[in-house]
Parts: sequence; C-alpha cells; structure tokens
Amino acid sequence: MSIVTVQLGQCGNQIGFEVFDALFSDSHCPQGLCSKRENEAYQASCKERFFSEEEHGVPIARAVLVDMEPKVINQTLSKAAQSGRWKYGQHSCFCQKQGSGNNWAYGYSVHGPRHEESIMNLIQKEVEKCDSLSGFFIIMSMAGGTGSGLGAFITRNLQDQYSNSLKMNHIIWPYGTGEVIVQNYNSILTLSHLYRSSDALLVHENDALHKICAKLMNIKQISFRDINQVLAHQLGSVFQPTYSEEGSSHYRRNPLGIDWQVRPPLSGAPTLGKMSANKNLHFNTSLANLVILRGKEVHSADLGGFKDPALYTSWLEPDNAFNMWKTQRAFNKYEKSAALVSNSQFLVKPLDMIVGKAWNMFASKAYIHQYTKFGIEEEDFLDSFTLLEQVVASYRNL
Amino acid sequence: MTQSVIVQVGQCGNQIGCCFWDLALREHASVNQKGIYDEAISSFFRNVDTRMVGDGGSISKGKICSLKARAVLIDMEEGVVNEILQGPLRDVFDSKQLITDISGSGNNWAVGHKVFGSLYQEQILEKLRKSAEHCDCLQCFFIIHSMGGGTGSGLGTFLLKVLEDEFPEVYRFVTSIYPSGEDDVITSPYNSILAMKELNEHADCVLPIDNQSLFDIISKIDLVVNSGKLGTAVKPKSLVTSSAGAFKKQQEKPFDAMNNIVANLLLNLTSSARFEGSLNMDLNEISMNLVPFPQLHYLVSSLTPLYTLADVNIPPRRLDQMFSDAFSKDHQLIQADPKHSLYLACALMVRGNVQISDLRRNIERLKPSLQFVSWNQEGWKTSLCSVPPVGHSHSLLALANNTCVKPTFLELRERFMRLYKKKAHLHHYLQIEGMEESCFTEAVSSLSALIQEYSQLDATKSMPMEDLPRLSVAV
Repeated sequence: MSIVTVQLGQCGNQIGFEVFDALFSDSHCPQGLCSKRENEAYQASCKERFFSEEEHGVPIARAVLVDMEPKVINQTLSKAAQSGRWKYGQHSCFCQKQGSGNNWAYGYSVHGPRHEESIMNLIQKEVEKCDSLSGFFIIMSMAGGTGSGLGAFITRNLQDQYSNSLKMNHIIWPYGTGEVIVQNYNSILTLSHLYRSSDALLVHENDALHKICAKLMNIKQISFRDINQVLAHQLGSVFQPTYSEEGSSHYRRNPLGIDWQVRPPLSGAPTLGKMSANKNLHFNTSLANLVILRGKEVHSADLGGFKDPALYTSWLEPDNAFNMWKTQRAFNKYEKSAALVSNSQFLVKPLDMIVGKAWNMFASKAYIHQYTKFGIEEEDFLDSFTLLEQVVASYRNL
Repeated sequence: MTQSVIVQVGQCGNQIGCCFWDLALREHASVNQKGIYDEAISSFFRNVDTRMVGDGGSISKGKICSLKARAVLIDMEEGVVNEILQGPLRDVFDSKQLITDISGSGNNWAVGHKVFGSLYQEQILEKLRKSAEHCDCLQCFFIIHSMGGGTGSGLGTFLLKVLEDEFPEVYRFVTSIYPSGEDDVITSPYNSILAMKELNEHADCVLPIDNQSLFDIISKIDLVVNSGKLGTAVKPKSLVTSSAGAFKKQQEKPFDAMNNIVANLLLNLTSSARFEGSLNMDLNEISMNLVPFPQLHYLVSSLTPLYTLADVNIPPRRLDQMFSDAFSKDHQLIQADPKHSLYLACALMVRGNVQISDLRRNIERLKPSLQFVSWNQEGWKTSLCSVPPVGHSHSLLALANNTCVKPTFLELRERFMRLYKKKAHLHHYLQIEGMEESCFTEAVSSLSALIQEYSQLDATKSMPMEDLPRLSVAV
C-alpha cells in the first residue's frame, strides 16, 4: 500500500525533503534491535509505501513537488540528488516563475485553475506507479500563498478525482508572532476549505516545534532545518510500518488508516520522541487517541492509563476511542520510542486565537482589497469564519 | 524566477541608478564565482552576445558573455547620462535604452510632466516594451527619482501612469528622494506635492528617502571610522556607503556615499527574491503584507548595520544590536521616529548567517516597545536570505508602514502653502499647456486626504484594545 506525497510551496518542499530523508535513514538503519528477517520486512514495507524502484538507480520518492517559483524546488531536488541514497523523480515537479505572494486568493483562484491540469496529471502519473494506493499525504503551510491557497484547491481536486482514497493534509501552523502578516486570513481560508475536502488534518505548530528544539534539545541557534528535522522525526515515528493490536504477521497495510468514529475534524499531534511520561490530560478531552510503540518490550507495555474514561468525551467508549500499534523494530536507533496521535481539544486554543485575530483584522477591512482583487469576496471570509466558529464550539462541547 | 526593470529618471535618479548597478555587479560577482549566467543574476541583467548585430544575441544560459542592465535611463539633460556612458559602466548599459533631451526641465514639474511627457510618450513606451520583452517573467518596475526637481519629479511620475496602463500586472515600486528642509530648489515644494498626487494614485509602493537622513548616517559612519578607537577597526569594504572595489575608478563625487545607501536598500529589498534562503520573500509579498489599504503604501526603511567591525566572532549581542538599531530614528532613511508612532505593519528582511531563533528572539524583545495598530498586533513579516551583502556577514532591512511618515508630509504641505499663498513662481507652471490652478488644489487635497488617514490611525493609538464580539453559531 503506497502513499503519494504532494509537497506544496516553500514549507511543504523543505519539510518533504526532511521527511523522506528521515524515513529512508531509519529504514536503512542497521541496528534495528530485532531479527534480520524482521528488519527486512520493515524495510520492504517502508520502501513500498514511500519509494519506487528504478531499474539500476537509487530509490525514488513517491512525491510530487509543486511550487510557484523555482528556487526552493531546485534546492530540494539537488539536496536529494546529492545525498546519493535516494532522490526525487526527474519529472515529478511542477514549477512556475512567479510565486503566490502570500496571497491565498492568488494561490486558490489564479494558480489553481491555471495549473490544475498539469498538476493533476503529475499526481496521476505518480499514482499509476503504485501497485495499490492507500492515500495522499499533502504537506503545506497555512500562512503563505501557495501551500495554503493552491493546497486547498488541489485537495478539493483530489477529493473529486480520488474520492475513495484517504487524503491526509499535513498542516504547518505558523508562529503566533507573525511570519506573514496576513497569515491569519490565509489560515482561516485554508482550514475552512480543507474541512470540506480533507479526511484528516495532521497539525504541527511552529511554536511547539521551536520549543522542543530550544528546551528539549538545547539547540542554541535554531534554524528551520532543525525544526523540520524534529518534525520529520515525529512523522517518521508515526508512519513507519507497525503491527496493529491484533498482532498480525504482516505489517499493517494501511499506514494512514485511522479509524475515527466521528466525521474527521482536526487531529492534533503532540507526539513524543521518548517514552511518554504521564500526561496531564485532565483539561483536554479526546475523541480518539493512537499510541505507537517501537523497540524493546513493546509487548509488555501497559497502556491502561490511556483507556481512562476521564480522558474521553462522555459519548465514547474508551475501548473504541483508543488504538495501539506496535513493532519490535526500533525507530532511528532509539531502544524504545513512543508516539501519540491525538484528536482532542488540544488545538482549540490556537484555533480560537487565529480566528479571533483574523476577525479583528477583518472588522477593519485591512488587506481585504488584496483578496477581492482575485475573486475572494467578503462573503467567502464570512463563510470561513462561520465554519470555524462551529468547529471551535463543537470541540468545546466535548 | 522573475525579472525587474529599473527606470532611472532625472539627474538624481540616474546618479543613484549608477551606484546601484555598480553595487549589483559587485554583489553578483562575489556570489557567482564561476561566471555562469544563472537565474539570480538574470533578475537584473541580460546576458548578451555582443558579436551579434541588431537586437538579438540574448543568451539564457551558460557562461556570462556580456551583461546588460535591465534599465531604462531617462533625463532631459545630457550631462549625467553622458557621463555614465563614458564611465567604466558604459558597457553595462544598452545604448538603445536611453531617452535624453538637451534643454532640461528647469526644476519645473509641469515641464517634465506635461511637455516632455507628451513629447516622449511614444519613445518611452517603446523602450519600456522592449525591456519587458527581454524578460521571461517581468514582476516589477523600480522607478528611481527625486521629488523636488523637474524631470525626475514630473516625467518620473508621468511614467507611472504609462506603466499602469501598459503593464497593469507589473508592480510599480518607487524610490523617491524627498527634498530636505534646506533644499536649494525654491520650487521643490510645488514639484513634490504635484508628484505626490501621482504617487498616491499610481504607485504600488513608495520608499521615501530624504537627503538629510542620508547625510546624518554618513556623518555617523565618518565619526566611527575616524575616531580610531582601540579595537574597533572597521572593515573598509563593509561600509554601507562604500565604493571600495567599485568599477568606477574616478574620484568619488560628493553624493556617492549617500547614493550607495539607496543602492544598498534596493539590493537588500530584492535579495530574498534573487537568492535562496530558508524563508523567502518575493516582491509581490512586500505589497501584499505591508499595504493594508491601497492608499497607505508609503514604507519607511532602515538599513543596519552601517558598517561591520573587523572583529570576526560576532556574539549574539552584536546581532541583537543590529535589530535594535533598525528601529532607532537615527537609522531611518527619512526623518521619522517609528518607535513613537503607530505601526500598521513591519517587515524584517534578514540576510546572512541569521537563523529563525535569532529573529524570533529579537521580535519578542523589541515588541513591547513598539506600538502596533489594534487590528494588526502581530504585524510582522519576516524573511531569511542566506546570502549576505558584500563585505558583511549579515544585514537587516526593516520596512515599516508607520504613521511616522506624517510629519514629512505635513512639512511638505506647509512649505507648499507658504509659496502658494503668495502665488510665488506660479506663473512658470501655469504658462505650460495643460496646467491650471486646479492641478495645484487637487494635489493638495490628495495629500491632505492622505494625512487625514494617518491622523485617524494615530488617534486609535491610545485607545484601549477591545476584542470585537465574535460570530455566535448554533452547534
């Protein structure tokens, strides 16, 4: 079962590279802390999911790179080729000359329709290379113009064209104190549109990743590369092959298959790199939790704490809401590691903040002319606000 | 990758332009060691095979043959342009991309705008179209001119309308030199206000600069360079004003140091669009993020550091000092104090070995001392470009949309009114066909409306921040 990754914009492409690199490094890690046969099965599964094989070449990532200006894609392609261990397909990228200018409307209404055919063709080609497609992993930021606007457009197209495949959007939540001034507008437009066409939204907040680099890893001068590597590490520990709880003899076939009971709203992801300590979850009600354990003694791990009814909303049975996957094969040489993917109230506060700031700005009509220029009217903004207020309210009521 | 075309108009515009091209060549020479014509260099230069006759000969890849600036030089006097064409940069300019006349505009906006505008409209269009054709993907026109004279001010702003009509999709960024208090051109207030109306209506973004501020910056640098304090040896090439290593070997002219500052401004503005970095910022993002309402498009700029000390190891404190300086009124390129006025938006464009954590740390540190408008409390736009400017290890360009431009406009209006009330020198303008008193009154009202907008924003400064009631929805 293969995943096709779509990397959008500067952020998407920079992260995508780190993710494939992390996946590859881990799968080729000699110290798997398990039997040779186990290791080989792991490698094969990882490879099938994320890479395709060329006759005499290095593995090629199952990815489509999209950006509206060439600098980042060129860099990404050359970084991958330089490593000599894996690379991107020669014809897997789509590039234009002029970027989206941090303008969601430009990404969605101008670039989208203009380049729809070319981009969907590229994706189709990548899909055809898969024996069986399990779904799409779309990496994008919310703050900019291409990742956010074009990303929303492409996701809707994927929904139309591949309605049976799972679409998971990996969203980068920007720093609270601006990277982009109109980031709140771009974010609410993105989220409201993705809500209608995506199956799951996996979120990483720049602020949280930054804190991990600063506090947990003690990096003095944190660069985006550091942040992206932490992110890739977390994603890797979630996406690499595992066995499901029933302990089948084959690796789980569908890496993206997450059985959410309710119509998938936002899924938060505070994932841990080390054995998880007891989390203080009293204030945070969950809809569903997934724990992934890798390494030694996974079979004896006691995860009863995760089934505590207090963690979940009253109308859910903990047994239904909690899932555990595991494998003996260690991740990235960690003797033991754990990851937690959670659909909970964790993101209500950041979401509420973004909606609040966007609303304040909208009330003064600042920057709106930049969006109406390309066909996104005040009505569209109001629709987005309404939808997101509903999401916030729904989560608050858990 | 996109291209930009520089249109330099008038004596001031061309002199600055000359410094700009010199600096641009130096910058690309230091980055592009192999002499391959790449996308970065193509943003400002064409690669031409000069052996070919006629207009052809553009080479898009491979080794650099001969670089031609994407520029159009316009002046109604021949002196400055001729000097450029006889100087060491002569080969950089395409001789067909010039428009000159002999008589000059006599420091009269009306002559520049109405007389020469109509006289040279066709030619101007032709040259602009030609330069656009040479571009794969033209993103921006940069216009460099002064406000106080006749050609730069009048013809320069005439151009804006032409550009807007002919190339509506291409951005128009204007670098305008505003007259200082002791300007020697008596009619500069008239010229400036008449030009302001055009800037209000037809420019996407204006970077106002005044000579007094440039002069003050140079004095500051001289003070440090000549003070000879122990252990503070300044690296000679690192002065933001320096022409050290320049192609122009002739004696440095008095305005050169000041013009170099403006040249640096333009290069830093476009650095993230030309070179790679971990957080790119293209020119269209400048307009998108810094212009919340179409008429409020005046951006106050500051460049730091002004010089690099020879000390190789730069501790974080020095880096932080660079950020602090960017907000001090001594580093602004017009007489303005952004710290004590209201910010509508702010962009920090960093070059060199600076990471996101340095940027965030400084934003957190400086934020409390700055006032942002209520609906844009986190109004920061940031960019990181890996390639530092020549002679520095890192640099910062801060662009602020701030109400601190208001005093400049108020003063300009006052100087204008002093002359206008007495009808002084008015006849020079009114005798030009197409000019009437209404041109003056309209121009002043345009400026007054703009000042009024800034005043209204200033009034919100001390008001308490209230969160507006949100939409309430049924769940």
